[in-house]
Formats: sequence, structure tokens, C-alpha cells
Amino acid sequence: MRIELEKRPERSATMAWASPLIAVMATVVTGGLIFAAIGKPPLQALWIFFLEPFSSLWSLEELVVKATPLILIGVGLSVAYRANVWNIGAEGQFTFGALMGAIVPIFFNSWQSPLTLVVMLALGILGGMIWAAIPAFLKIKAGANEILVSLMLVYVAQLLLDWLVRGPWRDPKGYNFPKSVGFEDWQTMPVFGGGRLNLGIVLALLAAVALAILMRRTMKGFEVRVLGEAPRAGRFAGFSSDRMTLFVFLLSGGLAGLAGIVEVASTVGQLQPNISPGYGFTAIIVAFLGRLDPIGVVVAALMLAVSYLGGEAAQVALGISDKAARVFQGVLLFWVLACDTLIYYRLRIVRSASAAEEGAA
Amino acid sequence: MDQSALLAVLLTIVTASTPLLLAALGELVTERAGVLNLGVEGMMVMGAVAGFAVALTTGSPYLGIVAAAAAGALLAVPFGFLTLNLVANQVATGLALTLLGLGLSGLIGERFVGQPGVRLAKLHIPGLSDIPFVGPLFFGQDILVYLSIVLAVLVSWVVFRTRAGLILRAVGDNHASAHALGYSVVRVRWMAVLFGGALAGLGGGYLSLAYTPQWIENMTAGRGWIALALVVFSSWLPSRLVIGAYLFGAVTILGFFVQGLGVGVPAQLLSSLPYIVTIAALVVISTRRGKARADTPACLGQPFVPDR
Repeated sequence: MRIELEKRPERSATMAWASPLIAVMATVVTGGLIFAAIGKPPLQALWIFFLEPFSSLWSLEELVVKATPLILIGVGLSVAYRANVWNIGAEGQFTFGALMGAIVPIFFNSWQSPLTLVVMLALGILGGMIWAAIPAFLKIKAGANEILVSLMLVYVAQLLLDWLVRGPWRDPKGYNFPKSVGFEDWQTMPVFGGGRLNLGIVLALLAAVALAILMRRTMKGFEVRVLGEAPRAGRFAGFSSDRMTLFVFLLSGGLAGLAGIVEVASTVGQLQPNISPGYGFTAIIVAFLGRLDPIGVVVAALMLAVSYLGGEAAQVALGISDKAARVFQGVLLFWVLACDTLIYYRLRIVRSASAAEEGAA
Repeated sequence: MDQSALLAVLLTIVTASTPLLLAALGELVTERAGVLNLGVEGMMVMGAVAGFAVALTTGSPYLGIVAAAAAGALLAVPFGFLTLNLVANQVATGLALTLLGLGLSGLIGERFVGQPGVRLAKLHIPGLSDIPFVGPLFFGQDILVYLSIVLAVLVSWVVFRTRAGLILRAVGDNHASAHALGYSVVRVRWMAVLFGGALAGLGGGYLSLAYTPQWIENMTAGRGWIALALVVFSSWLPSRLVIGAYLFGAVTILGFFVQGLGVGVPAQLLSSLPYIVTIAALVVISTRRGKARADTPACLGQPFVPDR
């Protein structure tokens, strides 16, 4: 018995929206099996992990807070991946954006103006763009693999941050703790209500809408899709894949940098060695779960935010390791990719080779 | 520098290079079959935790080695199924594999954090190992060091001198023709993917059994990605891979050696050296663009669906 693929005459529209849902369900089932395997009550664990985050206003707010960086990074990556450009170093661009944005609170601490935060956010975007421009430039000029270069730069950015907060940028009054000065009120994102819900989510949604329009309604969006799906046709149409590489790297890097400064200027409140629970990598999963569509990414980011919150809840309630959340994220990406096959192919289970030939005839 | 200090440096270079060589050698075979598996980091880290756990519970580092290879190959199975049977995107699936491996190893390894591990013993050949300087360097290494070199020679021989190697390269360079000649592209690629997984697992196992015999979360620290870069650097040639891995190990260790001399360089800068060197190496090797393209297996990263 084996599985054969049969190409559909055209891509299945039903499967295009159903496949992420099938993937999520399969992940929940896999999650239950993993819980059972590590000796935890599966149904109770699943309830806490996936449903409790929706049970209170506080956790709904927190869900949005966690989704904010995932949306910002994810929408940028979705455009890059559509163009078949593999920026997987968003975590590094996030970090460098946070670093650049933090220059204002650290060196111009007393500058208080309505523009302060605007300048910080702009520096964050610039930082992300600078860090993303390196792999783009090396790809264009030297042909160096952008996957490996962008990933290597994640480690470099993290070590740079580590050095700065332990060395030159350390808070002199901070009792030698590895952290910068805390950001002042006017250097942090405005919050809504009394919670942690902040302006970041508005920026994230604006970015998603803007990129959705870019991809659906503009020539640039068309260029992205053509160069991604049929690079040869794109070249005949006069599109430059070098320019496209630079464009999508700057776009996705800038958004990752923005996510970085938004994160440190809201929930973190200062620079410290750990400013992200792997948002830059989780956003890769978000981009694929959202079917590389900016609006889909918003939905997917909320789903992945559940895994962060559920992971924390399950740790408190059942003593399940917080690592479980990362396992789920990996499993989810696997299922998403597996289910995507259903869009273009029909699966056919055949008993033997002869049966396969009959099926094809 | 006196002789014993030099020996110490050379010995550390060997231990730093071996895990890279093992993992990169596996990936080289995988890529020769036309499959790009970006999950090396994930398979390595699973090998590291499996090797450590089995060695600790059984007390035998050799069973640990077997477990490390098995864990790496096991993690390669979902990758193979998705990319080869379901023709999923290889880049994305490889990334998924890395994320899954890092998460899963963290979960499995949680109860081993802080426990002293079992160290893989260095071999001792009476007489030979006792020769000053040359003895410990050439005749007193652990078994995986020798295995990595033997495997490099073996892979080189199989890939370029045997019929099996010819089929492997045919599948990687032109899968449509290989299929037309009656070879099962998917089966050859499956074997290459499993081999790559096993060797990545071994490389990871070397870290937790010999390099630093303990379990630390994410202890591979990007070595899987460096191994991927080494494959590009080697132009898919095992002999150049050995040189590359050892050059790379040397650069890393010399960084730490310089720090030991008391030069005032931040530790973070030295830690970032391997990543910066990798980028530099990629740039240098890729600049010879025409040459690099000629070496790359032509069907690398391309999915294959047999038409009937």
C-alpha cells in the first residue's frame, strides 16, 4: 500500500481555506497525544492550552498583545515568501530594530516631545531595514545564500544586544543587572484602558491592510507574485529579481524592526538580554498558516498567540513545561505544509502498483 | 607557545570540527540527491539530547552514539514524508523541522539539565598513543573523530567511484532523466534524507558526549546552519568539506585562544566570530558565481512528482 498524488486540474478553492483548519485540528489531536505521552490528562490539558486563553477579558487583551509582534513580522514575511525570497532572520532584524529605537531613551533620555516616540519607531524601522539589507545586498552582489546569511545575523544581533546591555548601555544605577535604563512614560507606547493593550496592535493592523492592498491591487503586488511563481516569466516582463530581493528584505526587515521597538517600548520597557520569546521564528509559522496572505496572517497570529498564552497557563495549572508551546508550533507548521498539498493534489491510497495504473487510466 | 599548549589547541580544534564535519557530510549526501534539508540544526539538537539521555541512563556512551544517530534519522522521517511523498516546499519544511527539533529536545531534555554526562573515552593504542605530541593527536582521539574521517573518505568514494554514487548524482542533477531510466527518485532521496538525518544526529551526539558532556538547551547554537554553509563552501565535495570543517573549527578555537591571552576583546564578539566567518566564507565562495553554480546539484530543492 502506498500513497500517490494526483494533480488536480486546478487548485482547489475549498481546500485553500479548509487546509489551515484541518492543520489546526490535526495539531490539537497531536497535542493530545503528546500530553498523554508525558503523562498529563490530555483533555484537561488541551482545554487549558487552547480554550482558556479565550475565557477572560484579561487573557483576550493579552492575546492581542502577544499577536502584535507576530502580525507585524508575519505580514512582511508573507510578502517576502510570496516573492520566493527567504528571509528567516526576522528575529535578528527585530533585535536590531529594538536596539536602534532604544538609542533615544538611552542617550536622549530627557528629550520629551510628542515626536519622541515617533522618532523611536522610525529608528526601529530603520534598524530592521539595515539588518535586513545585509543579506539582501550580499545576495545581490555576491550571490550569497540569503537563508544562511539572514539566520547567522540573528546570532550576531543577539550577541550585540547582550554585549550592550552588559557593557556600555547598562543602567549605571541598575545594581549591575544586565539591563538598560527603563523607558519613561513618553518613550513607551500609549495604552488603551488599564491593561497592556497598546497602540502597537493598531500599527500591526494598518500594516496588514496596507500590504493586503499592495498585494491585491497594485502593480508591485503583481510583480511580487509573478517573480515568486514564475521567475522566468517575470524576467521577460522586465521585472528585476535583484530589485525585488532588496524590496522584500527592506519591507520585511523594517516591519520586524518596528515590531522590535514596539515590543521593548511596551511590554518589556527597557533593553535586556532577552526581549523576545522567539517571535521572529514563530512569525514564519504565522506567515505559512496565514497562507502567505496579509489578512490570513492576522488570524494566524492570533492562533499562535494562543499557544504562547496556553503554554503559560498549562505550566501554572498542570506543571507542563513551557517548551510544550514550541513543540506545538513546530508540529503546527508541519501539518500546515502537509495539508497545503491537498490544494494542488488529490491523495490516492493504492494497494499495489497495478492498481495505481488502473487509477491513472 | 610551548609544545603542550600547541597540542592542547590542536586537540580542541579537532573536537570543535568533528560535529560540523559529521553533520555537513550527511547534508552533502542529501543535497547530492537534490534535497535541501534546512532541518540540520533540529536533527543535530535531537541527536544531542538523545545521545546524552541514553548514555546517562545506560552508562554507555556507545549506546548514546547509536541513539543520537537514530534520533536524527527519526526526525528526518516527517521531513522525508512531506517533501518527497507530499511534495511540500523543502525550505519551509526544513525550517519546521528545526523549530520542532529545538522545541522537542527542550521538552525531553528538561530533566537532564545540570546533570553530569557520560564522556566518550579517547582511544588508547598501547605504544602509539604514548608517542609525544603525535600520539595523542593522531592515535588518541575518540571513536567518532576517526569515524568522521572514515565516513568522509567513504562518501567521497561512493559518490564518485561507484554505481550507487552515479545514481545518487543523477537523481540530484536531473531527476526526470533518472526517473526515465527506471530509477526510483523518491526512494533514492529517502535514503539520502535518512542518511543525512543520522549523520546530523551523530554530530549533535558528539556535542553532548564529547565536546561538552552535558545537556544545555539549544546547545547546538547554530552549528547545524554552519554545517549547511560548509556544504556550499565545499562545492559539494567531501574532501573540501574536511578542509572546510577543520578551518572553521580552527578559526573558532583561535578566537577563544586569543581571549585566553588576555587581549581585551568582549566575549560576545568572540562568540559571534563563527557566524561572521560563515557569512564571509559564503560571500567569498559565492562570488565565483559561475563556478559555484556549476557545482550545485541541478535539481537541488526542486520537488519531483513522477508522471505515469
